[in-house]
Amino acid sequence: MAALYEGYTLCGLVPDQNLSSSGIQGIEEERDRDHVVVTDSTRSVTLYKVSDQKPLGSWTVKQGQKLTCPAVFNSQTNEYVAVTDNKVIRIWKEDDILLDKAFKATVSSDVWKVHCTHGGEPVVLFQRGAVRLLDSLLAAPQQPIEEVLAQEEAIRWSTIIVAETQQFIIITTEQKGEHFLYLQRLNPNSVQRYRLEREEPGLSPLSFSATYRDKHICLLYLYPNGHVYQSVLSVRGLGTEEGVQALPLPRSLLLGLPVGDGQLEAASAMALDEAHVAVVGVPHPSAGGGKDFLCIWNTNFQTLQAGKEMAGKIYGQLWSYSNKVFIPHGKTLSIIPFECPKSSLASALGKLKHTKTEESKTPNSVPSWNNILHGEKAQPSKSAETRRTRTTRKSQSTTNLTTDQVLELIKTAPVEEIQKEVEGFLTRAEFQDLQPSVGQLALTLVSRSLADPAFYSSSTLAQLVHTRCLCHSVCPDLVLLALEKKDYFLCQLCLQFFPDIPEAVTCACLKAFISIPDVDAEKVSLEPDSVKFMENLITRDRAEAGLQNGFSPTSSVVNDRQTRAEDVKKKASAPSQLSCPVGLHKAVLINEILQTPYSDTFLLPHLKDLSSQHVMLFLQYLQFLYLKYSQDAFPQMEGFRSPSLSQIMDWVCLLLDAHFTVLVMTPEAKGLLLNLHRFVKSQVRLVSELGKIEGSLQELRKMKAKESIGQYSIEIIELF
Amino acid sequence: MGEFKVHRVRFFDYMPSAIRTMAFNSQTERLAVARADGAVEIFNFNDNFFQEKVIPGQDGRATEALCWVGHRLFSAGLNGEITEYDLENLRPQYTVDAYGGPIWTISSNSQGTQLAVGCEDGTVKIFAILEERIQFQRNLNRHKGRIISLCWHPSSAQIAAGMTDMIKIFDAETGHATRRLLVDRAMGASKNKEVVVWSVGYLSDHTIISGDSAGKVQIWNGLTGTLVRTYLVTKWDVLVLSVSKDESSVIAGTSEGTVIQFQFISSTVDQHDKEWVRTRTFRNHSHDVSALAHTDTAVVSGGMDTQLVVRPLLDKVEKNTQESALRKIAFPHRSLVGCAKKAGLLLFQFPDRLELWKLGESEGHVCLMYPYFVCRFLQGEDHICCSALSACGGWLAYSTVSSVRLYRIQYNNTISINKVGTLARACSRQPVHLLCASDDGKWLATANTDCEIHIYNLHKMKLHCMVPVYNSCPTTIAIHPVTNNLISVHADQQIFEFSLVQKEYTQWSRRLQAQGLLSLWLERDTPITHITFNPKNPDHIILHDTYMFCIIDQSLPFPELNAVLWNQMTLKSLPVSQRIGQSHAFKICKSFQHLMCVSLLEDLSLVVVERPLLDIMSQLPAPVRQKKFAT
Repeated sequence: MAALYEGYTLCGLVPDQNLSSSGIQGIEEERDRDHVVVTDSTRSVTLYKVSDQKPLGSWTVKQGQKLTCPAVFNSQTNEYVAVTDNKVIRIWKEDDILLDKAFKATVSSDVWKVHCTHGGEPVVLFQRGAVRLLDSLLAAPQQPIEEVLAQEEAIRWSTIIVAETQQFIIITTEQKGEHFLYLQRLNPNSVQRYRLEREEPGLSPLSFSATYRDKHICLLYLYPNGHVYQSVLSVRGLGTEEGVQALPLPRSLLLGLPVGDGQLEAASAMALDEAHVAVVGVPHPSAGGGKDFLCIWNTNFQTLQAGKEMAGKIYGQLWSYSNKVFIPHGKTLSIIPFECPKSSLASALGKLKHTKTEESKTPNSVPSWNNILHGEKAQPSKSAETRRTRTTRKSQSTTNLTTDQVLELIKTAPVEEIQKEVEGFLTRAEFQDLQPSVGQLALTLVSRSLADPAFYSSSTLAQLVHTRCLCHSVCPDLVLLALEKKDYFLCQLCLQFFPDIPEAVTCACLKAFISIPDVDAEKVSLEPDSVKFMENLITRDRAEAGLQNGFSPTSSVVNDRQTRAEDVKKKASAPSQLSCPVGLHKAVLINEILQTPYSDTFLLPHLKDLSSQHVMLFLQYLQFLYLKYSQDAFPQMEGFRSPSLSQIMDWVCLLLDAHFTVLVMTPEAKGLLLNLHRFVKSQVRLVSELGKIEGSLQELRKMKAKESIGQYSIEIIELF
Repeated sequence: MGEFKVHRVRFFDYMPSAIRTMAFNSQTERLAVARADGAVEIFNFNDNFFQEKVIPGQDGRATEALCWVGHRLFSAGLNGEITEYDLENLRPQYTVDAYGGPIWTISSNSQGTQLAVGCEDGTVKIFAILEERIQFQRNLNRHKGRIISLCWHPSSAQIAAGMTDMIKIFDAETGHATRRLLVDRAMGASKNKEVVVWSVGYLSDHTIISGDSAGKVQIWNGLTGTLVRTYLVTKWDVLVLSVSKDESSVIAGTSEGTVIQFQFISSTVDQHDKEWVRTRTFRNHSHDVSALAHTDTAVVSGGMDTQLVVRPLLDKVEKNTQESALRKIAFPHRSLVGCAKKAGLLLFQFPDRLELWKLGESEGHVCLMYPYFVCRFLQGEDHICCSALSACGGWLAYSTVSSVRLYRIQYNNTISINKVGTLARACSRQPVHLLCASDDGKWLATANTDCEIHIYNLHKMKLHCMVPVYNSCPTTIAIHPVTNNLISVHADQQIFEFSLVQKEYTQWSRRLQAQGLLSLWLERDTPITHITFNPKNPDHIILHDTYMFCIIDQSLPFPELNAVLWNQMTLKSLPVSQRIGQSHAFKICKSFQHLMCVSLLEDLSLVVVERPLLDIMSQLPAPVRQKKFAT
């Protein structure tokens, strides 16, 4: 199943006043997969190293001049090519500091864009549709440029595609509300014109994306009504007749995306591979009307595979290079790594057993013995949180204090000051040496909090935990302190980020969490993702309706009513299973416990300390989770941290082990135990059926292997 | 060597009979095995477990128990008779009716003077063993219910008798029952089903061990009549027990096909009070284990699945030697298939009938004519000992314990069979188990179980010479049609060639003995049962055991001691020019398994008669316990 991973910020944006455009013209791949050239909409071009999130170079044109096309990188000559003021082609190298001193040439007609594929020669596309190779154009810059497009025809979008050594320029144009597509082959030049089928009157495509696969060019385009079409163009039969008259371009509806109220404005769809489409600016089907989502849809099964809410406005721009999506939103340009494994029906329905990719998502920075012994440097991958603090709060920290100074400060200063200084310290410090100092900071903070009951700085501690440089053994009192101060958010963070919480502490947390009154729990602010997960789990109706298929269930009232009616029926048939025995926030906290690592021999003695009421409640909650998970194809909530089914079962077993005699004696537990017994029975039956199937399949294989020899045969053997 | 056309025959539906009981004679190291069809087989454990004697069965003779008394072998069966066998002439010597209904068990005392039988009518009858016969002595006190199992105390003063729901101990002198041990019934639903004590053992310390139909092995104190220990070993029956000679180990066979060993050891280290402890479980059978013997070094078991299994006890034998290997004896150690080389006919010998088949014809791989059934000879009450078919297919002979029959078969359009005559069976003092004549009819070779091979000149009708006696029994002999050399293969896998004219071993044989056979050849666990020759190339000798056939090329050098014996694959991969250097005298082919016969026809096509063990298994009744997935 496709997944979107934790994203990170590449750079900030300067959108224009009314937020109509992101301020980015284009992003092009540079020398390798790790470098991109970002061209903003006014004057500057910046080269970034993606994995470091670091700019390597930046070039700006003079005031008064304007970049009119995204800069491209010519990997043959290691030069950058851009166009200013429509007519001036500029070429420079990475060493050139000033653009004005670099090569420039003025051409006779307005340039639309310069395209360049990796390892290919740049191609200049003029606004009137003519195409020239850069070299031949520069040989005679003032050469006359013919007009290919009709009078009122204007280019809307263009791209370049390499199909088996042959380069193709694809142009889409608009003329009086009609849309055309030009497929221009280079060397030898030939062009074919197609007419796009009309969608509802007045609708013109919002975005295009073209890919080449299986000797065909696949064009994907999104209309404001949420329809995503695909047209397939053959590369072979091209060029026999020069395209004067426009051929109709057949299309097929790939997806009908939910659009919510009104139509899509700034949205974009992009093919990631043959089965997956990334869509931005389209509402998430289970999250109401907001359009600021990045989603991956599977076109084969019309299922939503992964979704992510993007903070801030979406501009409908989307790029993708080497399994990363580049998306400008709000005031940042984010990079979101994704993964689209080969799709199967099982994975599309969420039934495929897949290993949790937790490790890759949250790079754990607590040093492992391996790294220390074998001298591998810890990968300097900082979490998005530190990055954000660094970019936004840079101005706040005025004085640059050293670790020791900060430590001194912590011992005496008031909470606010400490918070400010620690923040500043974290933004300044280099990642490698963050490790020991964060530990020291946390230790001092905790010891002061323990000594002085009035002092407690929750946010600072949370910040330190967020660096992921802390672990329980560095600062053993932290979790218990948080528990004591009823700082459940910090507890949650610790449980989430600390790899080495001892079972006794886990159990103490569990006991504390279970015993919080629900009213109190709801006041606590917790990690939004985990809350959202529980919300989804508890109120499944919306999610179910949204996940039915790719077509919007809200678009037709009848359809909607039907699903509602079905839901009501479902509820009526299984009323007991749908109420969560604990409150939302409490459930979130308990989920965190379920996901912490433990070893059962050590956990068991501590578990015995739980009171029977608590055990009952916890078991009921586990039963609820189990039912929710096993009821129907429960999608492992895209990207959310959530307890797995086996974790839930393990905890059920542990609890029963620890408290079985007590539970047997408790009359209230009878129903629960019976239910659990039923689960076990059903599991055993399932496993035994599977065993039977396995056995018979093996027999089948054995039978096949044996060649059938009849009662009599005549054979030839050879002896040597 | 070239290509051979192979007739692969699988339609010989030979079905061995289930093993009913067995008795091991530790003095002579002979194992007697009785099968369900009444046949008794004698295996020599000193000579590679060679099946040296077979006494054919008889319809209606259901042997239930066997008993060695010195060199004499007695059996008793459900026909109510006690039989002593003539082990020289391989036939029952006499039978005595016990007049007590079907006999379930027979047991002799340790001195070999008395024989006790347990009868259906509830009596234990004592017979005195005399020089040439047995004589009824008396009955022990009669009780209600049949006597299923019996065991003498080594002192011969008491007899333990297993019956339904109880074990009784009789005083052999007075005939009175002195103790009554009640055996618990199975728990649960079968509570009201009576329990049958299938087997008892009586040790010299008056410990009684019993195995019963409730699946229990119980240890009793025979002096006090108290139960010492109960081991529930199976859900089904414990059918048979066997005690080792030194009384330190007992094995029990169950309906599940398992054999369970109990040992008399101290349960903790450096403690002197020993007790019976369940130690090992052997699972070599798919069906009931109804016969067991505990030799000094091995557990021998047999049952419904017709195979005899010799399972060495690894604490008693040297590890990783041939002695420590598990042996399964599935086929008789003699040829049951006759082949008419000129006519392309096959003769299959069953206990109660003979079947004659004509082989098919083919053009390359394409079968032009399928084999067809020619005729069947049904034998009456007595089972067939041996049979032979002449090369032209015109003569057929077979014998039973009482007679020899010769038939002339004429193949016109219709087949007519003339019974030529019934010859009186010529009795010789030694049991001859192998016989072969040379193609020219001049020489006759016989081999007997004393390992002697005699050569007769048929023209002069007198003994020509005797081959020097080798200490292992010959498993097959043949006279070469061209050179008139006698080839003999022995139970220890040695091969000899003896020149009849010069009356001495040939140069080839001497060279082979000087160089020695490869250990891989010597370690095969099935004997060579048939030898044929290549009519076109006198250098080729074709012989086979159950798992391979081998063409020995006398013109090629013997394999070096470190060479690869099964080198056909290597040779196949080599170019033709290099094959000569690599090839040796033994051309072994393992493509065909479970061979009953390999023969070379006149047209140089091979006939291979296979009887896959799986086919035999599939004809057995369903076992009580079937192996399910993952159980």
